[in-house]
Amino acid sequence: MNDLTGTGTLLRLALRRDRVMIPAWVLPLGLLVIATRTTISGLYPTGAGRAALAASMATNGSLRALYGPVYDTGIGGLTAWRMGSTGPALAGLMALLLVVRHTREEEEAGRLELVGAGAVGRRAPLAASLITGFGASLVLAVFITLGLLAQGAAGALALGLAFGGAGCVFAAVAAVTAQLTETARAARGIAGALLGVGYLLRATGDAAGPGGPGWVGWLSPLGWAERLRPYADERWWVLALFAGSALILVATAHALVARRDLDAGLLPSRPGPQGAGRRLAGVYGLAWRLQRGALYGWAFGYAAAGLVLGAITKGAADLGNGNRTVADEINNLGGTHNLVDSFLAAMISFLGMLAAVYVVQAVLRLRGEESGGRAEPVLATAVGRIRWAAAHLVVATAGSAALLTVGGIALGIGYGATVGDVSGQLPRMAGAGLVQLPAVLFVAASAVLIFGAAPRMAMASWSVASVTLAIGLYGPLLKLSQWALDLSAFAHLPKVPSAPVTAAPLVWLTALAAVLTAAGLVAFRRRDLG
Amino acid sequence: MNSAIEVTGLHKSFGRTHALDGLDLTVARGEVHGFLGPNGAGKSTTIRVLLGLLRADGGEARLLGGDPWRDAVRLHSRLAYVPGDVTLWRNLSGGEVIDLLGRLRGGLDEGRKQELLRRFELDPTKKGRTYSKGNRQKVALVAALASDAELLILDEPTSGLDPLMEEVFRECVTEERDRGRTVLLSSHILSEVEALCDRVSIIRGGRTVETGTLAELRHLTRTSITAELAGPPNGLARLPGVHDLDVRGNRVKLQVDTDQLDAVLRQISESGVRGLNCAPPTLEELFLRHYQSEAVAR
Ligand SMILES: Nc1ncnc2c1ncn2[C@@H]1O[C@H](COP(=O)(O)OP(=O)(O)OP(=O)(O)O)[C@@H](O)[C@H]1O
Ligand SMILES: [Mg+2]
Repeated sequence: MNDLTGTGTLLRLALRRDRVMIPAWVLPLGLLVIATRTTISGLYPTGAGRAALAASMATNGSLRALYGPVYDTGIGGLTAWRMGSTGPALAGLMALLLVVRHTREEEEAGRLELVGAGAVGRRAPLAASLITGFGASLVLAVFITLGLLAQGAAGALALGLAFGGAGCVFAAVAAVTAQLTETARAARGIAGALLGVGYLLRATGDAAGPGGPGWVGWLSPLGWAERLRPYADERWWVLALFAGSALILVATAHALVARRDLDAGLLPSRPGPQGAGRRLAGVYGLAWRLQRGALYGWAFGYAAAGLVLGAITKGAADLGNGNRTVADEINNLGGTHNLVDSFLAAMISFLGMLAAVYVVQAVLRLRGEESGGRAEPVLATAVGRIRWAAAHLVVATAGSAALLTVGGIALGIGYGATVGDVSGQLPRMAGAGLVQLPAVLFVAASAVLIFGAAPRMAMASWSVASVTLAIGLYGPLLKLSQWALDLSAFAHLPKVPSAPVTAAPLVWLTALAAVLTAAGLVAFRRRDLG
Repeated sequence: MNSAIEVTGLHKSFGRTHALDGLDLTVARGEVHGFLGPNGAGKSTTIRVLLGLLRADGGEARLLGGDPWRDAVRLHSRLAYVPGDVTLWRNLSGGEVIDLLGRLRGGLDEGRKQELLRRFELDPTKKGRTYSKGNRQKVALVAALASDAELLILDEPTSGLDPLMEEVFRECVTEERDRGRTVLLSSHILSEVEALCDRVSIIRGGRTVETGTLAELRHLTRTSITAELAGPPNGLARLPGVHDLDVRGNRVKLQVDTDQLDAVLRQISESGVRGLNCAPPTLEELFLRHYQSEAVAR
């Protein structure tokens, strides 16, 4: 028996377990790319129109930060431009979630021990999960390549591989973080943070004008995905960067796995206190203790993203009034006349939609505590179910409000610093951030309702967040009909700061959220725990 | 209102599984009550209904005079629970968990906690993820035993403890009983039940099959007899309470219900006894019989 014995069996097990999850990632991502191609050929049928769009992009740092530079003005080139910046990040997210799920999560749940006692080599679980992550990334690559084949084979292959390559690198990143930490949550957190850093590096590199720090984009696998230049004289050698870094990371992960014990991480765990401090006194103390780590991580990410996005905002003003296409583009995202404010509104809305992701994971803590058997001992004490759930929901709500405030403040500072008006921009943007809260609460309330009424389907709450995010990011471009756009709670918010605050939508969204939450809690109180 | 727990005709199904099928259970105040049954018999399910974590489909359940579902919070401040499968928060230390659960219940005795930590040799500074199964169980046990709850509900609390710690556990439960507390102890460990319990209920397939004091249950056990007789035995097969009769010439082997022992011995001695071997009744044999007939019934 060697170290890899049993990899095949574990691989089959992983594929069996992921028979929903992998298609649920690959299909929407692939279809999104294909739909983008169709939309672009519909919106910009003529070469002149596309060239005008590209020309305006070249001069605008902000849009370049969001979508990257336009290398080619063909339909394929514009598809690559539009999808090539965020798409590979999503592929990376898929791959890192898959790998952590089959490595550290299995180990943490103790299932790996059961498997490891069978005829399975010590490196087999890692190998099997890496193959799963790589495989899903490559299937996505093939899907995209086939979908865009009509636009030219080389470009289609390059764009497919940009997705697949980013997926493989972050699969390998996750394989390493899964060895470092003891919990799946932390492994996902570190890998996710690295993905976020990669995104910001790419955005910064892309936003930089001539003479600026354009090179930092080369530090990020997401930057490589773009610099592969699909449809624009492909640079195939960039693939070697993906392959090389994935190889090094995989080798590192394998070396680490050989060095550590089952269940242990490499980052040391310190002993805890003798007894509970004064703050760990009730359900609120417990909920805060369990959720604060994730919140700190998110807050850090919000601060960083806000500063970067704020700093590149001024570029939107450099656009001038002459360029209709770009103005439309921004206005589509953010609202009315003042382009800077439209851009800020789009960014605030983006931060708000990300907070929906935060709040879903915070609400799903309830389900995690329940199915992990940790709710039972608490609910067997003098703590009612509603009070227990409310504690987590208060943390989730306050956490969302805090994130939106931090994001708004950072955006205000980042933008204010470039125009010398921090004191004016900071409160304005913090307020704009908080305007997003009712929509975030609505998403949270949907998750509470699912948790209360159909706990086995609790994971479906993620689809509420991802549909919201997808509609917000791609809805305007895909020219979805109004009712489809309206499915996202964020579509109903006033587009502050470019539009005035109107109370009505904030009030009814909050009221709706309150009703859904109450319904969810009532259902939770009536059902079996388990 | 004398009973701490009073359950009659309890029903609970999960989809198609009938976990509880008319279960009865009565636990008097101040007693240690053993709760036995093979895997999947419904012990944990009963306990979780009593804790208001599951809602019964039918039947009556009273706990400390209240309704376990509706009055859950009020009742829980008067009881402490050790789950069968203790999972701890990975980044909380054992000491933190003990204090937290105590505070959530409404206070715990600091001195008693320290004493229990010492007796169970538990290091409270370790984080949840680094405890072994037995040590996780000790955390839950210390939290429960350090409370001043009047009812302790323990679901297989010793399944991960080593023999020394099992001994400590027995001492602790005996002390609790001496203080007048009521204990419901689900267990598979016979010696533990024999050592600790005043009364026992045995369940199988979601139904109570036997309940009573240990003495009453001993009464239900069978004595095995092997006898060498002067002549062939007669009439044994017709006697009530005789089981597994095996006659080979003048040799006879049989099992007899303890309450029929007298009549059977008389019948045997009629044939003239040359040699006699009598194996005393054990509870183990009774339990195994109940556990086994479960396997046969399935
Ligand atoms: N949440 C649930 N969903 C479905 N079936 C369940 C659930 N909980 C328990 N069961 C089923 O109910 C029956 C009784 O289970 P229970 O856990 O009460 O048994 P037990 O007597 O505690 O067994 P053990 O000695 O193994 O702990 C089993 O058949 C079990 O599979
Ligand atoms: Mg059980």
